[in-house]
Amino acid sequence: MEALLHQIFSGLANGCIYGSVALALVMIYQATHHINFAQGEMATFSTFVAWALIQSGWPYWGAFFFTIAVSFVGGLLVQRIVLRPLEKAPVLTNVIVFIGLLLIFNALSGWIFDHTIKAFASPFPKDAFFASRFFSAHQLGSAAVLLAVLLGLFAFFRFTPIGLAMRAAAQNPDSARLVGIRVSWMLALGWGLAAAIGAVAGMMVAPVVFLDPNMMAGILLYGFAAALLGGIDNPLGAVIGGFVVGVLENLLGAYVIGTELKLTVALVLIVATLTLRPDGLFGKKVVTRV
Amino acid sequence: MKPIERKWLWLASALLVVALLVLPFLVKNYRVFQFNLVLVYAVAILGLNILTGFNGQISLGHGAFYAFGAYVAAMLMDKAGVPYWATLPVAFVLCFAFGFVVGFPALRLAGHYLALATFALALAVPQLLKYKKIEAYTGGVQGIVLSKPEAPFAFSLFGQPLSADRWLYFFTLFVAALMFLLAWNLLRGRVGRALIAVRDHPIAATAMGINLAVFKSLTFGVSAGVTGLAGALGGIVVAYVSPDSFTVALSIFLLVGVVVGGLASIPGAIFGGIFIQFVPNIADELSKSAPAAIYGVLLIGLMYLMPTGVMGGLRSLWLRLRARAKG
Repeated sequence: MEALLHQIFSGLANGCIYGSVALALVMIYQATHHINFAQGEMATFSTFVAWALIQSGWPYWGAFFFTIAVSFVGGLLVQRIVLRPLEKAPVLTNVIVFIGLLLIFNALSGWIFDHTIKAFASPFPKDAFFASRFFSAHQLGSAAVLLAVLLGLFAFFRFTPIGLAMRAAAQNPDSARLVGIRVSWMLALGWGLAAAIGAVAGMMVAPVVFLDPNMMAGILLYGFAAALLGGIDNPLGAVIGGFVVGVLENLLGAYVIGTELKLTVALVLIVATLTLRPDGLFGKKVVTRV
Repeated sequence: MKPIERKWLWLASALLVVALLVLPFLVKNYRVFQFNLVLVYAVAILGLNILTGFNGQISLGHGAFYAFGAYVAAMLMDKAGVPYWATLPVAFVLCFAFGFVVGFPALRLAGHYLALATFALALAVPQLLKYKKIEAYTGGVQGIVLSKPEAPFAFSLFGQPLSADRWLYFFTLFVAALMFLLAWNLLRGRVGRALIAVRDHPIAATAMGINLAVFKSLTFGVSAGVTGLAGALGGIVVAYVSPDSFTVALSIFLLVGVVVGGLASIPGAIFGGIFIQFVPNIADELSKSAPAAIYGVLLIGLMYLMPTGVMGGLRSLWLRLRARAKG
């Protein structure tokens, strides 16, 4: 029983991270209706930036928020420079460009920061008062951070005029343009936000899996699974999907198939969700008119 | 085409064939090995191009079929003692079946979702190949070491003997030529038009009487079969298969090859093969990360500047030159 609880709780902790990657994916999907394959590598690159800042003597939280700001601007620039000309291009073109971005960011991380595996500090001390038998301080801390991000996002979309404009631009670009919303800039904002959320996820996951240019490959896959399971257009669904995937991964890994096939779990989850319930658990049904 | 032009074309083709036949005797053994890989990749890219270029279904997971084909060939040769040439049809058939099964859920997935599902497949493959319970067959992390087939007869030209690699060159050249011919025959007629119609406007295609479900999953099967056959050929040429040679990078490189050579272009696959075999070697000398960065920049650059790839670029250049010549 004790072992089972342990598995479930550590699954929940992993789920936090998957949830935040999924959240970033959902952000871009909501704004642009594209799935960003470069999300993981962008997050890794942001984490490397944070690592470099901490190495050069910055305090952790200073580096944390500065990295988020840098990532936001970076995401914005990527959309403005690389993706803006392709807003109306076919899906294939977009996917290929995303793969190009993935390769570039991966190579940049390796080129600038080297391929050796690096330790990344956790901001939460091991013996913090909230550390308990089932959760380490870092697990609880990153859960709190994720919750804060989620609440922040909710408030942003619900209560600010820019959030409203972004929702409008995503839902009905033509009408949004007619009422004076600059749709293209809203897309760029979506990219900025997604890059910032990805940076948070990267900095939270790095202490657990260690930092190297390919750190996000597996996690991105789980993020995809989580986002699809929760419904690709639902931020809360993404987080819940993250928890479900995290717990499932741990339980299946511990009791059913062993740890070697963890990525296959994600593959099966993705294919099963897409074929059996393409809108996910909480997603809206998409109906297209012929 | 004017008769005189046709005559030049025949002459050029004959020269090309002679050059291809003599080529392996003019260079070192290692170069021949590299040429073999170019041919193998060209066939793999051709397979992916049938699916992505002609049918518009995006696959980021064709490395999985390549790996499957390579393992089928290796296991047949190593465990069952099947001769190397006989593994190719088996690999094609099994990969066709595998692709058909994967293509079936793909019917419900369009665009991004298909890319996503196949991406997941590509990421999962190395782990699946390392799986302990099937280690007896796949050799686990170690993979399977094969021996290169020797030439059936002794021969030498320009003082260079017909080594195993040179023999394999002729073997792969023959297989590749056959596959290109078959693909060209398949795609230039009714079937090819149906595939393109499905890509460009599925609803209109259905209205014209094309059965979407049948065409899409069959295309997936054929494409996977061709790429799997290339995988088997690759396994024979390299004489070694292991899980870590079939990472997600392979799938991405195949896609790069398709884009560089030209989407929906059959001869473009050859340029794609040359590209993914030789450009990393050159770029590697700059830095370990350089190949990936160059690939990335090229992918994006090509999408902007030359969305039809090398073949498309050549064709428009040719048309422009001809228009100028005519005045």
